[in-house]
Amino acid sequence: MTAALQVHALRVRLGAQEVLHGMDLTIAAGRWTSIVGPNGAGKSTLLKALAGLLPPSQQVSGQVHWLGQPLAAIDRRERARQLSWLGQGESASDDLCVWDVAMLGRLPHQDWLAAPSAQDHAMVEAALKATQAWDWRERPLGQLSGGERQRVLLARALAVNARIMLMDEPLANLDPPHQVDWLEQVQCLLAQGTTVVSVLHEIGMALHADDMVVMQAGQIVHHGACADEVTQRAIEAVFDQRIAIHPLAGQWVALPKSG
Amino acid sequence: MTKPLKPGVLSLLLALLGAAGVALGSAMGSTGWEPWWQALHDPVSWQIVWDIRLPRSLGAWAGGAMLGLAGALAQGLFRNPLADPYLLGSASGASLGVAIYLSLFGGSTLASGWWVRLGLTGAAFVGAVLAVLLTLVLARGVQHTLRLLLAGVIVGVVLGAVTSFLNLWRPEVWQGMQGFMLGSTGFVGWTACVLLCAVLVVCVALALTMARVLDALSLGENTALSLGVPLAPARMLLVGVMAMATGTAVAQMGLIAFVGLAAPHLVRAVVRATHGWSVLLSALAGGLLLLSADLLARGLIAPQEMPVGVLTAVLGGGYLLWRMSRMTSTGSGA
Repeated sequence: MTAALQVHALRVRLGAQEVLHGMDLTIAAGRWTSIVGPNGAGKSTLLKALAGLLPPSQQVSGQVHWLGQPLAAIDRRERARQLSWLGQGESASDDLCVWDVAMLGRLPHQDWLAAPSAQDHAMVEAALKATQAWDWRERPLGQLSGGERQRVLLARALAVNARIMLMDEPLANLDPPHQVDWLEQVQCLLAQGTTVVSVLHEIGMALHADDMVVMQAGQIVHHGACADEVTQRAIEAVFDQRIAIHPLAGQWVALPKSG
Repeated sequence: MTKPLKPGVLSLLLALLGAAGVALGSAMGSTGWEPWWQALHDPVSWQIVWDIRLPRSLGAWAGGAMLGLAGALAQGLFRNPLADPYLLGSASGASLGVAIYLSLFGGSTLASGWWVRLGLTGAAFVGAVLAVLLTLVLARGVQHTLRLLLAGVIVGVVLGAVTSFLNLWRPEVWQGMQGFMLGSTGFVGWTACVLLCAVLVVCVALALTMARVLDALSLGENTALSLGVPLAPARMLLVGVMAMATGTAVAQMGLIAFVGLAAPHLVRAVVRATHGWSVLLSALAGGLLLLSADLLARGLIAPQEMPVGVLTAVLGGGYLLWRMSRMTSTGSGA
């Protein structure tokens, strides 16, 4: 198995509080890994640490490797080309139009002050069409609904055309049909050999991934294939047995347990 | 894609209106209109047009353009539509820089010598940079809008108080600062005008090269970082450009409120575009705003003159109150 992302002895402190307690993790290349866990488990912090985006105010120790290289040894622009990031609740100026936002995804591929190339235009067009945002490419972001904005931001992340894609809560504001579209988009990325890592609260959607990282209280309590029963029991356990995972029509679904 | 036509047409329109305003300002005397082509035949009238009215009008336009540019940069950089050179304390810092310079080296804000004007501009620039940095330290970054604005207000008030104390302590400084504190284009001669225009060209060029950084920053810090934007140096450069624009304008014209805040809002009300366009359009709108206010200040109670800073405060404040009431009635936060 080729490793796309690796962390070793990763500890993150926020002030006096340690939020990640020394973890080791290897994310397989070309696979989709979902990170799940209850609120405050440290999922977003882990994702930011994997992306090298933790602010200096958070004391980080340990090592992060991308495609076998230490993160610190990778040049800033090369990092931007290798890894695409879609953050939780990502904002964008209401003044920018959809096309402009998606084109920002091509920044890592453009020289300073250079005009976008034909390839940049082609990638942005493909990304906007893939997220079904092409028809409103000239509309300002301020005129879009929350779900429509999220699709534009996904297009921006797709336009980077990186080998690794990290997404924190990418389904926020998306209605069920567009969640399915997102799922198909991820399958498409996997077919192209892209490594996808996502933090998801929708356990049913997360179970479509190849692998699952289950977190609780700043620690990884389980890492394994989604289809494994032991993985599913670990998910139920971190949610205090208040959900149950069942097979339904060839898929896994997470249902709430009442009583 | 942002349609280039609409912002392009608007920028051309604003530039033409600015040029018309400068021509109008050159013809407007304290006792009425005197077209410059009539002054061609009278050496004294020509001297008034060439040495007083033209640099003053052109300087007012360039100074307003710099305040508009600084406002657009501040609002983009801090992702806050209320950010402007005043609310971040940089104008008060620039004013204190000028007061300290005058206390230490003497001179007057009315002086027209190159070294005095460069010294005043340098002092205002340093004051503006330090004030913005102090605001950012007190606000612990730019994440929290309320904290940022409160810190800016506190820095502005405290630095204003220090300037007032200096003025009381050194009465000879106060004499030079009096018109300056109210904001006036009356001090602007050719030296100041050339300085304003030269710094404006540099600031616009730097701002345009950084426009994509502002676009990326609008997606949030993490996304901008993930796109390879060198955030720390970019921020420092943008704060530097903002302080240079504010400091140069304040050093030549004194404290002129609301132009930096209102110009980007006016532009945004007409056209929504990338930061490359909005920075350019805000500069052109700021120039036109201050030039129009200067013409009004010269004409309203002629042959007396109102300090233009007083007029911009009244008009700009009124405009923003109107915008605020519209936002409240439509429930819009933009």
